[in-house]
Amino acid sequence: MFSNFDYDVIVRSLPYLFYTGMTFTLLLTALATIIGILIGTLLALMRLSGVPFLTVPAAAYVNLMRSVPFVLMIFWFYFLVPYIGQWVTFSAQPIKVGAFASCLVTFTLFEAAFFCEIMRAGIQSIPRGQVAAGQALGMTYSTVTGYIVLPQAFRNMVPVLLTQTIVLFQDTSLVYVISVTDFLGAASKVAERDGRLVEMYTFAACVYFVVSFAASRAVQLVHRRIAIIR
Amino acid sequence: MNYHWNWGIFWELSPDGVHTYFQTLMLGAGWTLLTAGCAFIIALTFGSLIGVLRTAPFSWAVRFGTAYVEVFRNIPLLVQMFLWYFVAPEVVPRSIGIWLKQLPDASFYTAVVALGLYMSARIAEQVRAGILSLPRGQRLASLALGLTLPQTYVFVLLPMTYRILLPPLTSELLNTIKNSAVALTIGLMELTARARAMQEFSFQVFEAFTAATIIYIVINLVVTLAMRLVERHVAVPGYLGFRPPAAGH
Repeated sequence: MFSNFDYDVIVRSLPYLFYTGMTFTLLLTALATIIGILIGTLLALMRLSGVPFLTVPAAAYVNLMRSVPFVLMIFWFYFLVPYIGQWVTFSAQPIKVGAFASCLVTFTLFEAAFFCEIMRAGIQSIPRGQVAAGQALGMTYSTVTGYIVLPQAFRNMVPVLLTQTIVLFQDTSLVYVISVTDFLGAASKVAERDGRLVEMYTFAACVYFVVSFAASRAVQLVHRRIAIIR
Repeated sequence: MNYHWNWGIFWELSPDGVHTYFQTLMLGAGWTLLTAGCAFIIALTFGSLIGVLRTAPFSWAVRFGTAYVEVFRNIPLLVQMFLWYFVAPEVVPRSIGIWLKQLPDASFYTAVVALGLYMSARIAEQVRAGILSLPRGQRLASLALGLTLPQTYVFVLLPMTYRILLPPLTSELLNTIKNSAVALTIGLMELTARARAMQEFSFQVFEAFTAATIIYIVINLVVTLAMRLVERHVAVPGYLGFRPPAAGH
């Protein structure tokens, strides 16, 4: 197999793979994680609010996102985002949205559902007595949530949130289906142009493995560092 | 919105000249279920095997199991599909490679293998966690009674593990069904691919995707309800209906 394995094609395409492809992948991962956690936390607070007109839509949204394949959702948003943009900006035509913005909206809204479930578990792990104590001291809902519940919930869930980020990093490869040039997209474009599928896909697999494996080891270290000793 | 809704599109003839669009979607759902079903059998078999290895009292078995799980968990499913579909036929001896490429429904077999092995790493983690959650005394008692190690696993540990693991295994089955959509990249005409094809031929984007979404939700509901019935049957008396949280999708 390795007799005609062309290492040169990998070396030649390295700048393209990492500068164009990996930058897109990492930027998408980072932004989608941050915004996804923010929206996910809001959804979790909605789900736990006990007010039916907040609980029901949040639960419906989360369950919808969790029961359809991500690939189908990528297609959905690919066609839907221009119409959402039109609706938000009151323009007459569906607006043109760039590949990155479209992907970012898709990943943020999809992953928010998964971050919501993680944050919900985190919030539910806080003893009820702490909320009661806060209220007994005269704190409002937003003070109790912002200063007592969320900081601890977040700290408890950091390892799970980071693990989900690694999942998200791997999921970004799925933008291949709408022909966006992320890391895998770049690898596949070189592979098809030069007829070097074996080399490029093997290399891509190695890179994804190294990044994900190193990241999951780092998560274990973080977990050990920040775990609250009880 | 300047989008022309046409819900009657489902009863119109699709470009294959035989089936209506609705029928093509249903055929796609069939391929989705078939692929996911076959893949889940592979996943359960290999997942159980690796899960058992990771709890076995041999360090080589534990190391092999850990390496297996890390490899299959840290490479995206899409890349794994490409490896099986494009790379594997080139790596094996030439005659086998040619046979693989000429196989009818090659994308189906590839999807089953790739998805099955990908999911097996997740199931291995569940099985391992399940076995470790059992009281240590069960293993010790079985061994003290003179059962061999394989007998301990087959007759004592695994039956308990599967009964406890049914809820997380249900969600892994649902994940397998959802992840089968990735196989459209290697040309498997499953449900999402059919919806995509329908959108390309008819330009009725939102009808096609709405229909696919509803079919996925129905499949989800049916699987969840069916598994809940099974769960009630095999629940271990004396255990809380405990559900370990599962990350990922």
